[in-house]
Amino acid sequence: MADYGILVDYEWCTGCHTCETACQMEHHLPVGQFGIKLNEVGPYEYAPDRWQLAYIPVPTDQCDFCAERLGQGKLPSCQHHCQAQCIEVGPVDELAKKAVSKKKLVLFHN
Amino acid sequence: MSETKYHLVEHEKPFKYDENGLHVTRGSAWSGPGCHIGCGVLLYTDDDGKLVKVEGDPENPYNKGRLCNRCLALTEVVYSPDRITSPMKRDPAHRGEDKWEQITWDEALDLVYDRFTEIKEKYGAWSIPFVQGTGRDIAAWITRLAWSFGSPNYMFNMSGMACYLPRVAGCAATTGNFWVGDFSQQYPDRYDNPEWEPAEYIMVWGNNPLIANSDGFYGHWMVDVMKRGSKLIVVDPRLTWLAYKAEYWLQIRPGTDAALALGMLNVIISEDLYDHDFVDRWCYGFDELAQTAAAYPADKVASITWVPEEKIVGAARTWANARCGIVQWGLAVDTTKESLPAAQAIGALWQICGFCEKPGCMIVPPEILAYSGGFGGELVTPEMDAHRIGLDKYSLLKFGFQVASSDEVMKTLETEEPYKLHGAWLQTTNFLTCTSPDPERSMKAWRTLDFIVVVDMFMTPTAMALADVFLPACTYAERDGIRVGDGAQRGETINKVCQVGECKSDMQINLELGRRFNPEAWPWKDDKEMFSYVIECTGYTFEELQQAAPAYIPFEYHRHEKGLLRPDGQPGFNTQTGRIELWSTFYNNAGLSPVPYFEEPTESPESTPDLYEEYPFVLTTGARNWFMFHSEHRQIPHLRAGRPWPIVQINPKAAEKVGVHDGEWVWLENGRGRCKRVVECTEIMDERVIMSDHAWWFPEAPGEEKDGLFGMLDLNVNKLLNSYLPGKSGFGANYKSMLCKVYPVKEGE
Repeated sequence: MADYGILVDYEWCTGCHTCETACQMEHHLPVGQFGIKLNEVGPYEYAPDRWQLAYIPVPTDQCDFCAERLGQGKLPSCQHHCQAQCIEVGPVDELAKKAVSKKKLVLFHN
Repeated sequence: MSETKYHLVEHEKPFKYDENGLHVTRGSAWSGPGCHIGCGVLLYTDDDGKLVKVEGDPENPYNKGRLCNRCLALTEVVYSPDRITSPMKRDPAHRGEDKWEQITWDEALDLVYDRFTEIKEKYGAWSIPFVQGTGRDIAAWITRLAWSFGSPNYMFNMSGMACYLPRVAGCAATTGNFWVGDFSQQYPDRYDNPEWEPAEYIMVWGNNPLIANSDGFYGHWMVDVMKRGSKLIVVDPRLTWLAYKAEYWLQIRPGTDAALALGMLNVIISEDLYDHDFVDRWCYGFDELAQTAAAYPADKVASITWVPEEKIVGAARTWANARCGIVQWGLAVDTTKESLPAAQAIGALWQICGFCEKPGCMIVPPEILAYSGGFGGELVTPEMDAHRIGLDKYSLLKFGFQVASSDEVMKTLETEEPYKLHGAWLQTTNFLTCTSPDPERSMKAWRTLDFIVVVDMFMTPTAMALADVFLPACTYAERDGIRVGDGAQRGETINKVCQVGECKSDMQINLELGRRFNPEAWPWKDDKEMFSYVIECTGYTFEELQQAAPAYIPFEYHRHEKGLLRPDGQPGFNTQTGRIELWSTFYNNAGLSPVPYFEEPTESPESTPDLYEEYPFVLTTGARNWFMFHSEHRQIPHLRAGRPWPIVQINPKAAEKVGVHDGEWVWLENGRGRCKRVVECTEIMDERVIMSDHAWWFPEAPGEEKDGLFGMLDLNVNKLLNSYLPGKSGFGANYKSMLCKVYPVKEGE
């Protein structure tokens, strides 16, 4: 399998934690372990009416890009269920090209 | 067969198929556990018939494969060791004690039939209220049970019925219908439908739809339309993610929504920004509304609401100048005492701008079974309705949900006026934990009844405190059903894939019991035949719809121009004047103000400044979180881990001022009571406002009343509420605008 990565469009991530739970259920991970984990940056007000707030899910060492699902022609569970549709899993070289297409994209080469 | 041709989605596979050694069943997630909306799900079972996994159904246009934490973790609910899986009974002398005796379904239903029949014969069927919790899948089936038994006292036990019902009844009285935002949910091809366009502006008012998913609205449609260009105005005391994304965030003082709406109306009217054509042709009473709004200049409204004047004016102008707009409103409108005038004022914001029945605006949702009407209204006789508690006092109860007044029922329990109540049927409701003000007073009042039945999935604090018979209900994975809920309805089926213990569905229970009480009202041989009857107008039987679902009702815009919103087929709206009534004939006849107004919350920095000195925070409650639905999910490991403790959000400066720290256990307290919370310091709060979680209990804590009813008696924020003090119309109550103080919990408390 080619090197895989996860591209997150954090302009739209709402912080709903769905990716975490979808992954835990798919891979039968116990409470406290994650294949992907949400991070919150903010919220804080750095100037009047100017706020910092971002949610960014980060894949962990337990992420295998849902190799089994990919083999069955299905989307990885986090991408399938992501409520904001802001997660894309794929060959990392293809995602790298997309990563420069707009702002607030982050690519994890896991 | 109906003439109406429903629009379908193409399916690659039948509704049951096999995939990689597992069996897959397509269906709808309606509920419990979980919320109101009914996402499309794929339920995976193994050869032993065990549910092993839940996925979102990518073919379902409603959620397009997406799901939230709660449905993803469904297997943990279905197989929770805490589930009650057999019927049980308990001697009423031991209410509140863990002294249950397991019985068979036959024994349980015989017992309920015998006791209810005895009460009916001695005191009249109306002496038994039938009580539901939040409006998920229960309304149709509990109304039919209540009405076929002979009781008009169907109810939702929250003061002022302050969840959805005020907006529904208010909209029905002033416009003839309820309204929802047009997010293309009525079309199977959704955002690709050529008739549809995204709203230019969405005014999110008093809810966080991403989490709340209320009124048939899948919250993340917000993100879908924002990606397609919709911009936001957000009215919220907290900086939610949507508020962060908004062009205008109006950080409102809780409970002042009506003032803000009137102030915005004043800007729109005085600057002549409204839709003259729509107002002239379709609205009634504009001049009176204009006169009313003139009393709310922006500077005055700024001082009432704590929203800066320039933001009020800017947001109002932006809204009125939009090509099309949606008000995505929520519970904060209902949970204010004078909720009807608030709803009326907010409604006028879309009405005078003409954002009605057009693409990307507010639409009347298409329905298969009028959700708010219940199932079997023809069973209610005039004699029964004469006994509906509160109807004589609050004539607005004629509109929308045909409920008894919760506040009047409380008085009836305590005074035995106008007659004494003797029994209760409590189904899908944990009201002592979730919705009742003053849980201890409520518990005492309900305990005056001779015989109480609870139907639920888990042993809740309410069941432990009150039930004499407990009937175990199943989850949506264990039952068949149809989704006829709030919002734009579509033909959807809930499909059974597994069985847990002896649990039965709410529908099955009501069918079996209803048949004993009144066989003519329940003529169906089984639940499937009953569902087929309800959806007859679709042209499908239940079994046919299982394959075809989701089936979409053909939809068109501008129905008021085509005579499609009135039963007589005339153009206009289904009101007395045939117009949207900005000055309400009905309110006027009912002795209510025909135009909207603002009234200060009963206790507030303005109305009770002395109290405010002692209790220096405005307390808002009830905001939802990503992991739990109201009082559910506290015993589900992967969900509880996301929200392990009940929190109170406080601005860090305010926390410092009162000497409490992030992560510390504190008491929230006012003159009526106190509850425990864990502090979360966050800048999203105004320094003068705090937000507390609601509906907390610890299923892992000792359950008997002497031990605190699963911790509920220490955790219930409703102890701080005004007790049973609804608005003038009977609708609305102050759940989100109390005063309180905050101080650390001492060791040993």
